[in-house]
Amino acid sequence: MLEPGRIFWRRWVPAALALLLLALTLAAYGKEALPASDNPELDARVLVIAEELRCLVCQNETIAASHADLAVDLRKQIRIKLQQGQSQQQILDFMVERYGDFVLYRPPFNARTLLLWLGPFLLLVIAAGVMAVNVRSRRRAAMAQEWSEAQARRARELLGEAPSQS
Amino acid sequence: MKKFLIPLAIFLVLVGFLAVGLGLNPREVPSPLINKPAPAFSLPLLDAPEQKLSAQDLRGQVWILNVWASWCVACRIEHPLLVEFSKMGMVPMYGLNYKDKPEDATQWLKKFGDPYTRSLSDREGLVGIDFGVYGVPETFVIDKQGVIRFKQIGPVTPEVLRDEIIPLVRKLGA
Repeated sequence: MLEPGRIFWRRWVPAALALLLLALTLAAYGKEALPASDNPELDARVLVIAEELRCLVCQNETIAASHADLAVDLRKQIRIKLQQGQSQQQILDFMVERYGDFVLYRPPFNARTLLLWLGPFLLLVIAAGVMAVNVRSRRRAAMAQEWSEAQARRARELLGEAPSQS
Repeated sequence: MKKFLIPLAIFLVLVGFLAVGLGLNPREVPSPLINKPAPAFSLPLLDAPEQKLSAQDLRGQVWILNVWASWCVACRIEHPLLVEFSKMGMVPMYGLNYKDKPEDATQWLKKFGDPYTRSLSDREGLVGIDFGVYGVPETFVIDKQGVIRFKQIGPVTPEVLRDEIIPLVRKLGA
C-alpha cells in the first residue's frame, strides 16, 4: 500500500502530464481558416482537396495549411476548377502533371515508391529473422552447457537445499 | 571479430545513406515537365500590354524562358549573368514576369538591365502554375518542337550556364 503523497506523485502527476501532451497534439491538428466566403459547402470541398496536396514552398505543409503565395494561388485554382465542375481526381491529376508525384501529400503506390511503402515491412522481416537466429543459437548454447561439480553445489546452496552426498 | 564487424557494416551503410541524403537538395523537386511539350499560353507583353505572345509564336526555334519578378531577391543574383549571356546573342530569352506589377517590373529592368528578347506579364501567376513554377527564379530551355528540355530551379549559376545550358542550346541547334 502506497502512502497518499506517493500516490499523488506516482499516479496523478503522470496522468496530468499525459493529458497535457494529448491536448498539445490536438492543438497541432487545428486548422487554418480559409477566408470566409458565401459558399461554405464549396469551401469544404476546396479544403478536402487542399489537404491532399503538398505546398512546394514550405514542403512539410499542405496547401490547406500554408500561407505561402503559391498555396493561396493553388487553393484559388482548386476553387475555380470545382466551380467548373471538375472532379477531385481531375484536379489532383492537374497538379501532378505540373508538380509531379511529390505534390501529393500521400505518396501513390507505384514502382518508384515501392521501397518507400514496403521498406519498413522489409526491415521488420529482416529484424525478425535476425532475432530468430539469435534466440535459437543462444538456446542451443544454453542446452549444451555442462555443469561442473562446483557449480552444481553452489546452485543447490542458493536454492537452500542440503548439499548432496554424492 | 564478427561481432565487431556487423555493427560496423550497418553503421557504414547508414553513413552512406546519410551522405547521399545530405548531398541532395530537397528543394529540387524533379519536374514532370521535362521532355514534355511546354504548356500553351498567351500573355500580354510587359512593354506593350495590348500585344499578346503565345507559345505557338515561338515554335521552330530554341528559346529560353526565365521566370522572374521584381520582388524576387534571388533574381538579382542571376540577373547580371543573364544580361551577359544575352549579349552573346546565342538564343532568344523570354522573361516571364511572375505575379508582379508591370510598373515595378519595368523599373527593375531599367535599373538592372534587360536581357530579354520580350517579357511576358503573368500577373495572376496562372502560366507559372502551368509551368510548375514554385520558386522564382526558374529557367527553362525549350526546343524547336516546343518541348521543355531543361529546367533550373533557383538562380542560374555560371557553372549551370557553362556546363548545362550552353551545351544543350548548342546541341539543339539554336
